[in-house]
Amino acid sequence: MLADIARAVRRSVVRTIDAARAGHIGGDLSVTDILTTLFFSVLDVDAAAPLKPERDRFILSKGHCAAALYSVLALRGFIPEEELATFMQPLSRLNGHPNRRKIPGVEANTGPLGHGLPIGVGSAVASKLSGTGWRTFVVLGDGELQEGSNWEAAMAAGHRKLDNLCAIVDRNRLQQGARTEDTNALDPLADKWTSFGWETIELDGHDHAALHAAFTAPSAGKPRAIIANTLKGKGVSFIEDRVEWHHKVPSAEQVVIALEELSA
Amino acid sequence: MNAPAASLATAPAKAESFDCRQAFADELMTIAKADPRIVAVCNDSVGSSNLNAFQKAFPDRLINVGIAEQNMVGVAAGLANGGFVPFVCCASPFLTGRALEQIKADVAYNNYHVVLCGMSPGMSYGELGPTHHSIEDLSWLRAITDLSIVVPADPNQTRAAVRWAVDSGLPSFLRIGRFKVPSVSTEGDAFAYGRVDRIRDGSDVTLVATGVMVSRALAAAELLGARGISARVLNVSTIKPLDEAEIIAAARETRGIVTAEEAMVEGGLGAAVSQVVVRHAPVLMRLLGVRGFAPTGDTGFLLDHFGLNAEGIAAAALEIAG
Ligand SMILES: Cc1ncc(C[n+]2csc(CCOP(=O)(O)OP(=O)(O)O)c2C)c(N)n1
Repeated sequence: MLADIARAVRRSVVRTIDAARAGHIGGDLSVTDILTTLFFSVLDVDAAAPLKPERDRFILSKGHCAAALYSVLALRGFIPEEELATFMQPLSRLNGHPNRRKIPGVEANTGPLGHGLPIGVGSAVASKLSGTGWRTFVVLGDGELQEGSNWEAAMAAGHRKLDNLCAIVDRNRLQQGARTEDTNALDPLADKWTSFGWETIELDGHDHAALHAAFTAPSAGKPRAIIANTLKGKGVSFIEDRVEWHHKVPSAEQVVIALEELSA
Repeated sequence: MNAPAASLATAPAKAESFDCRQAFADELMTIAKADPRIVAVCNDSVGSSNLNAFQKAFPDRLINVGIAEQNMVGVAAGLANGGFVPFVCCASPFLTGRALEQIKADVAYNNYHVVLCGMSPGMSYGELGPTHHSIEDLSWLRAITDLSIVVPADPNQTRAAVRWAVDSGLPSFLRIGRFKVPSVSTEGDAFAYGRVDRIRDGSDVTLVATGVMVSRALAAAELLGARGISARVLNVSTIKPLDEAEIIAAARETRGIVTAEEAMVEGGLGAAVSQVVVRHAPVLMRLLGVRGFAPTGDTGFLLDHFGLNAEGIAAAALEIAG
């Protein structure tokens, strides 16, 4: 059941951040259902052959949410679960942002926002050029969309009708210091993607069935943007929708409460 | 490049340490109260640049463009064109990496009075990894004509550098450290633009350092002193333009030079000093800095990993003057 896996991922995120005493808990918890649905019911990837040429490509453009990605990769068998305890420790493979040179299942070394979608466009073009047919999925933060590079990539993907490319926006309406709409407004966001030549689907980003349906819907002959409405900090009452939890670390007592809420 | 030197005595006890961000924010507030031309431009970085008080006091004069660094620097150039003095406050890797062409064309080539403030530079973001390490900034920016590069080594120097940046009217880059360091300057005469400060005299070898490495060079001089080696220490707080006379004097009066910077050795302080030395008074040099993409680790761990500590600097000096 995806719901059980997602709960395990969230618990893993809390424990991983607790061990490291660092991380981006709010965005990790908001993106968890998107990552879980992709890795456990959509992506054609194989932990035993992480570089097989025809694999689907997944890029976490909001690379600061590495703890969520590492947790999913661990549960999916790409890295040992015990290794999560080394997150951000000296000489660990698990750097604060993902590194494809070290971690199987990682396609791009993200961290500076606004890099994932251009790489995704290249990957989608490569799939078509080589005739291989893999699909490419890129997860973006909503604040991240303030970077112009995303719109250069969106324009290119629309122009080339890259129907093997899917961008997922983790629309939690918060960025690092404030709400997106109070900082540099993104709305009307769906209209923007549509006007760039994308098929646009808006849904509840915590609804696994809706996510799965959107990821697997038949091609509309153009790239697909999924605006996944989410709650930053989803699942932990005192973290949900609070800007100060972008990269705050829960205290020992808060970790206990968070894990309790996430086991319900 | 781990620091060897087990034979060296340990560094002296740590003095009280400060990071430069608060001094930067306080001085900017003080100047902004008296000078309505001062505006801050940032990229969702109000908190990380310590601009909360500025935002509260001058909500209209804080222009947060969101996560959009290229736009941020272009907007700053336009504000300068309109008579304002923009302080662009942004994490140094994204300011200098993402917006490099805007820095070159919009700021330097236009010769607009924009103050680019590289926050949390060098290895400040330790375990966040190489994407967040701002270690290429000195190399990149040194290659840009008409852009002054200032690296304060402590809070006193930071405050004085902020005042200079307003008064000078020049496009400049201020590298504002986050790693806590002890004071290395005196309040009355903390910083003079274009001057290299000889903060310890010596005759055998010269240690040339910038930013967070200055206090570590002083500690290295102590270690060398215990071995009977007299080390001169230079604090380079203006990397560009460089005070050539003080570098030439070091090359002539001591046996060689060790440079230390929290940055790539390809093109930063060490390269700048080398360019002077080879023209005027060739001597042996050792260039200490970052080499390659760092492994995972916090700031202190990574500085040690690259030998950027008292023991590493002293060991390099011993190769020249031992
Ligand atoms: C180019 C760049 N500028 C700034 C940052 C600093 N930064 C890291 S996360 C973040 C906020 C991201 O907000 P959003 O994309 O909405 O992610 P989420 O809220 O899902 O965590 C910022 C500004 C960065 N990593 N890269």
